[in-house]
Amino acid sequence: MIRCLAALLLASGTLAAQVPEGFDVADTPGDAGGSVVASWKQLPNEDASVTYVVSVSRSKDGPWEEASRFPATGGFKSDAPKYFWFWSSNREEHFVEIPAFEPGEGEKGPIEIWVRLEVVTPSATAATAPLSATPRPNWWNWPKTNVFVFICLFGVATFYLIRRARRDPNLFIRRIPGLDAMEEAIGRATEMGKPILYLNGLDGMSSISTIASTCILGQVARRVASYDTQISVPCYDPVVMSVCQEVMREAFYSSGRPDSYRPESAFFVTNDQFGYVAAVDGIMMREKPAACFYFGFYYAESLLLAETGGTTGAIQIAGTDSVTQLPFFIASCDYTLIGEELYAASAYLSREPIQLGSLVAQDWGKIAVLGVLLLGTLASLARLDFFKHLLATF
Amino acid sequence: MIHLKRTVPLAIAFLSGIILMLQYFIPHPASETVLQYSQDWLTTIAYVAMLLGVGSLLQSHSLKIRRQVPGWGYSAVALITFGLTVLAGFHGKEDGPGGPLNWIYENLLNQMSATMFSILGFFIASAAFRAFRARSLESTLLLLAAVIIMLGQVPVGAHLPVIPEAAAWILAVQTTAAKRAIMFGVALGSIATALRVIFGIERAYLGGE
Repeated sequence: MIRCLAALLLASGTLAAQVPEGFDVADTPGDAGGSVVASWKQLPNEDASVTYVVSVSRSKDGPWEEASRFPATGGFKSDAPKYFWFWSSNREEHFVEIPAFEPGEGEKGPIEIWVRLEVVTPSATAATAPLSATPRPNWWNWPKTNVFVFICLFGVATFYLIRRARRDPNLFIRRIPGLDAMEEAIGRATEMGKPILYLNGLDGMSSISTIASTCILGQVARRVASYDTQISVPCYDPVVMSVCQEVMREAFYSSGRPDSYRPESAFFVTNDQFGYVAAVDGIMMREKPAACFYFGFYYAESLLLAETGGTTGAIQIAGTDSVTQLPFFIASCDYTLIGEELYAASAYLSREPIQLGSLVAQDWGKIAVLGVLLLGTLASLARLDFFKHLLATF
Repeated sequence: MIHLKRTVPLAIAFLSGIILMLQYFIPHPASETVLQYSQDWLTTIAYVAMLLGVGSLLQSHSLKIRRQVPGWGYSAVALITFGLTVLAGFHGKEDGPGGPLNWIYENLLNQMSATMFSILGFFIASAAFRAFRARSLESTLLLLAAVIIMLGQVPVGAHLPVIPEAAAWILAVQTTAAKRAIMFGVALGSIATALRVIFGIERAYLGGE
């Protein structure tokens, strides 16, 4: 009778603990060499009563130290698409990430990690034979490949369109009223004999919006030089100030007006946010510029600057990729370049076919994004997760 | 000379751009080291440039005082306070509470910054007044959306029918959609600008064509 009961319990799996299939230990894919992963296939009919215990050691014979303990209902590879992506088989395999051992005194890393898996049921325990792996740094993060492919495709499209622009310079570029108005603003400043105030935002030279802003400054300075008017560029960052001075100097020289260039036109104010606002507002109120240009990345100071500029009666043109500050500029300025128009400005103003080609590429990119959005929506409605997974970023 | 002014900067921009772009995809510690090196370089350049900044500050204010341009008195105040702050900085190695530099920071700089920031409230009111004037269909829609959002954000709005749901819908659907559209454009524009700079198509930041 007792034997029969034991046999029944064994068959139902509540008494015996069996070792899972496919137990493997390997280097963590796509990491910097800081861990290894142990993985195994889930047991048939496993439930919350089954617990997995993963122990680690520096040698095959121990001593063993518990690294992780979790119920069989969790710890699936599908929980970590960063390492294993979204393959459907990941839902049937457990995994544990085990951090690398710190090298001891006189030891050289990386150190081989021995891993043992124990399956604990309410009444029994079974352990696998220990396996080992050495954590190694990887040279490619595979889950980020989709971003790389997108950049490459966009780059190829950009260069194709630039090449096409070289052959046929009559590319259609949609009008950007804010940039067309810049010419008018500089002309107005010349007629009124008042200076132009040009601000680069509060980010450093490593910000792409500041780079775009200095590129626009080059085009503005060229026109300022040819109209022989004055420009004032108060800077928040000393590196940006140096770049602005160089950009303006080159612009004045290439326009044949080196005598009109004043190095003190671009000057450092302070790198305190509200100190900068106070100083620039003071300049606006004293000098009453005919035109104020705000290009770059702005924070809470955007409205303080634009409203003060507005009270002086200046033509105000702003361009920023700071989504939170755009409404303030739109409310206070005469023209506002929204988002990518800031990046397009320099190319648009230069009217060089090569640069205009990259603007067409931006528009192509937007069409592609719209297409992807449409396809993604349809795929989601059809419960096809493949598309969503393809575009996931890590 | 033209090589130093054009070719070398373009080569540096190309190499730095390509290496730092690839760095994003390479998890190897060597790639992290490259990133760390570049950030150290950036910090070093920023500190050295701060000297240029101070030089520019002193020069521009001295020039204004010398030429007696309108408002030169402010420049005098700026130079005097600059000098006093530098002197306060030399007062002891550990300038804790009660020390002169700390006193300047706590009682002058912080208070003046807070004053400037507080003006923002009044500017928001004046900007909103201009933006919400119902002169066209678009501005009327803007005004309507603003009224709904404002009512949805204040306690009395919770007792009005439909308003809280409408405000939440505008914020979650309309505003988010517009923000995402701008973000898509910004992302593409950033990549296009980065490619133009890396491959030397955009040279305006060097002052050239």
